[in-house]
Amino acid sequence: MNWNSWLPLLVILSSLLPGLIIFGLAEKRVRLRIMLNLLGAVAKIGLVGWMLWGVYNGIHYEMRLALLPGLELVLRAGPLSLFFVTLSALLWLVTTAYAIGYLEESPNRSRFFGFFSLCVTATVGVALSGNLITFLLFYELLTLATYPLVVHRGTEAARHAGRTYLTYTVFGGALLLLGTVWLYTLTGTLEFAPQGGFLDGLGDEHRPALVIIFALLIAGFGVKAALVPFHGWLPQAMVAPAPVSALLHAVAVVKAGAFGIVRVVYDVFGVEFAAGLGVLGPLAWLAAVTIIYGSLRALFQDDLKRRLAFSTVSQVSYIALGVAIAGPIATIGGVVHLVHQGLMKITLFFCAGNLAETLGIHKVSEMNGVGRRMPWTMAAFTIGAFGMIGAPPVAGFVTKWYLGLGALEAGQAWVVLVLAGSSLLNAAYFLPILHRAWFREPSGVWPEERDFGRKETAWMLLLPPLLTAAMALAAGLLVMLPFSPLEWAKLISAREFYQP
Amino acid sequence: MDVVFTEFPWGVMLILLPLVGGMICLLWPRRGRTLGLVTVFAVALSVVGVAWQMLDTGIYRHAVGGWGAPLGIDLYADGLSLLMLAASALVGLGVSVYSAAYFGREDGTRFWPLWLFLLAALNALFLSGDIFNVYVTFELMGLAAVALVALAGGQNALGGAMRYLLAALLGSLAYLLGIALLYHGFGTVDIALLADRVDASPVAWAALGLMGAGLLLKTAVFPLHFWLPPAHASAPAPVSALLSALVVKASFYILLRLWLEVFEPLVGSDAVSTLLGLLGAMAVLWGSVQALRQSRLKLLIAYSTVAQIGYLFLAFPLAAAAGATAWYAALYLALSHALAKAAMFLAAGNLLHFGGHDRIAGLDRVVQRLPLTAAAFALAGVSIMGLPPSGGFIGKWLMLEAALGQERWDLVAVMIAGGLLAAAYIFKVLGYAFTQADVTHESRAVPVSMEWAALLLALGAVLLGFLAVPVLSLVGIGEPFGVSGVGP
Repeated sequence: MNWNSWLPLLVILSSLLPGLIIFGLAEKRVRLRIMLNLLGAVAKIGLVGWMLWGVYNGIHYEMRLALLPGLELVLRAGPLSLFFVTLSALLWLVTTAYAIGYLEESPNRSRFFGFFSLCVTATVGVALSGNLITFLLFYELLTLATYPLVVHRGTEAARHAGRTYLTYTVFGGALLLLGTVWLYTLTGTLEFAPQGGFLDGLGDEHRPALVIIFALLIAGFGVKAALVPFHGWLPQAMVAPAPVSALLHAVAVVKAGAFGIVRVVYDVFGVEFAAGLGVLGPLAWLAAVTIIYGSLRALFQDDLKRRLAFSTVSQVSYIALGVAIAGPIATIGGVVHLVHQGLMKITLFFCAGNLAETLGIHKVSEMNGVGRRMPWTMAAFTIGAFGMIGAPPVAGFVTKWYLGLGALEAGQAWVVLVLAGSSLLNAAYFLPILHRAWFREPSGVWPEERDFGRKETAWMLLLPPLLTAAMALAAGLLVMLPFSPLEWAKLISAREFYQP
Repeated sequence: MDVVFTEFPWGVMLILLPLVGGMICLLWPRRGRTLGLVTVFAVALSVVGVAWQMLDTGIYRHAVGGWGAPLGIDLYADGLSLLMLAASALVGLGVSVYSAAYFGREDGTRFWPLWLFLLAALNALFLSGDIFNVYVTFELMGLAAVALVALAGGQNALGGAMRYLLAALLGSLAYLLGIALLYHGFGTVDIALLADRVDASPVAWAALGLMGAGLLLKTAVFPLHFWLPPAHASAPAPVSALLSALVVKASFYILLRLWLEVFEPLVGSDAVSTLLGLLGAMAVLWGSVQALRQSRLKLLIAYSTVAQIGYLFLAFPLAAAAGATAWYAALYLALSHALAKAAMFLAAGNLLHFGGHDRIAGLDRVVQRLPLTAAAFALAGVSIMGLPPSGGFIGKWLMLEAALGQERWDLVAVMIAGGLLAAAYIFKVLGYAFTQADVTHESRAVPVSMEWAALLLALGAVLLGFLAVPVLSLVGIGEPFGVSGVGP
């Protein structure tokens, strides 16, 4: 076993070990805890950067560990894995910094950061999984690690939200387990196979079973990806602290589900095989319905975080949509949205957290004139919102452009209508917020204002959204540079999905 | 040196050590704790010794006093026995460390001799090569276990112990009648010899009926589980742990042995295995629903045991087609349940000790106040729910694989439903552990060793999730399931 095979494991350990140590730390060891957190996050980024360069140059990183007779745990860093890992690693660092500022002086921080690290560990594990059982393992770990974060505040509402979250995710996990074992009894392997899945050998008599298995797997992942009708937990999980929401919506839970859908379509079934089964059409429709439904619901939410949550329901399904359209260009659009949505949504949640922490603003109706009081925060928010609407040059535009082109190329013009409708709706629920914030007069006193002197808020809270907003902007402006999300998505498409 | 190690009769030590240790504890009660700990540790080392020998030479066989079967007593161990011995030793170690801090001086003088006798009986049972010895160990085990349940005193404990005593005696009696029939019909009580001689005659069927009924009662399979929840819930925490983790598994182990070897000619008919599978499925559903309905933690855990035992019986109808996979699944579930359930009862004991009650709705902020105990409960819960990574997951995966491979959708549905219900009752407890509430009662500090004993056992159950390949290859020694080693 050479050095290269250890790298994927090291990436996982770089957040697992700090997390486990943090659990054991006394509450007052603030400095040590911060140091461990940041050390882990920086080490992870370093390792991931190294692997990115390696994979770009064609090096293979793989680690295997026997789990059961005939089944192995496989960690493998391919282009698609690394795409998600990079997103997680970068945003973990930013979110950790934000969480340190956000949770200053609040109780149970060791517990919080411990589970926070576990959550990222599970996400990175999901990304690096080289077969379905490894994926399942980390996916369930993610469910378990996130639960304490959702109920962190310990209020009755938090307990309730936690219960809803679990009801959905445990049920989804059971479906996923069922589908996975069933698939295994048919094929005898669960190894992800780029370029066409591993089901080619199965005869026609298995078609009905395979259709059901596809439905089971998509339902299992759809719960976390908040596909309608499995989305009910997401808006409720809003009671969690802002950094948790940010992580949930941009990196960890929701993305793990979307990523699972990508894996199922491309590396388990293979896009052509899935198209032959006739399962991609329904998936595309489900995604389209989710996109429109999420946006419609978002229109009517006054609670800012709830509005953002429904927006996530809608936006994450772009990924499923891009995958289900099943053409190279649409796929690029879907896959690149993994990163784009993450950058934009995390910005929005950071900003919402800042408003709540600094001024006590939780509702859209309380936001009149807030742009004057907190110009930097609202500037970041504006970039994120325009990205969501799909206005150039923010990253969201790139996604929609590729999705639309891809749909036309695949002869599915109706998708363009969905995209246009969704953009209109996005504008309809984001522009009023921006209008209130920038153009209306403040109504006098803020609900619960904290004084930060001449600054608008604590710098630990302000820097992260500015950084992620800048990244979202850069991802849209600098699309043609090597290592931009779009270029990497093209690399994935070329190397893993479609042979040139 | 090496010869001494490989030739040493480690198997005999497994029985002799706790037996003698228990007697010394009776004679010298003030040193009970030290003696007990030393003995249990020595037993664990002896298990390692046996395992070492078995890796070298395969099946372990020892004719006590030089007399072989059919006259003398043969000790016999294959991979299946070894695994059960190892589980007893591990759980025994954890529970002993816990008990050293849990029991005061007075209770301790009664606990240690009884526990060592129980351990001797368990080890003897797992090493037995004939069915009459098994009966003797059943009696010793039953008496020790009942006395341990009664240790807590009070009306609940005595009532529970009384029911337990009746069930245990009734079970043993039925089993004894079965032995008499077999001895009458086939002229031996040695398992290996019986395996050659038993045919599908009415005598054999009657014996199977009697012994089966007795063992089912002892294993507390639905609907014969009525004695288990009161006994396991009212006993002191370490005793509950031993009973749920080990004692019910012992009778399951004998049932499995008889099924695989003695009654093999009768197993060909589907009726019995279908019945066992049905009882198992009912146990999974009934036990889980009852667990969910409990408002007291220890009763919840006890009903969870009823449910988890049900899973073991799902292997019987699946084994005809799936063979070793189904048995491996049952075995892995038994093993991980032993560790996880012991951890869970010990954790419950900590909560009871700390808060003075075990009402689930009153477990506020446990996570802050007893973090290690909460972690132990949660990790054990992961295995009980069958979520990865844990031994419970491996067992469930194998069982699902066996069921899906032959399209037994009914059993698949039961397993999935059982997992969901388990998640519901585990998180019912954990949900309260995070709530904020004012402290309304005096709390008592929990000794560190009690917290760590629970946590380490729970970690063991999780770790089992990564050890499937070596563990299953150990089980293959002596081909207890008709196949050697592990195959896909």
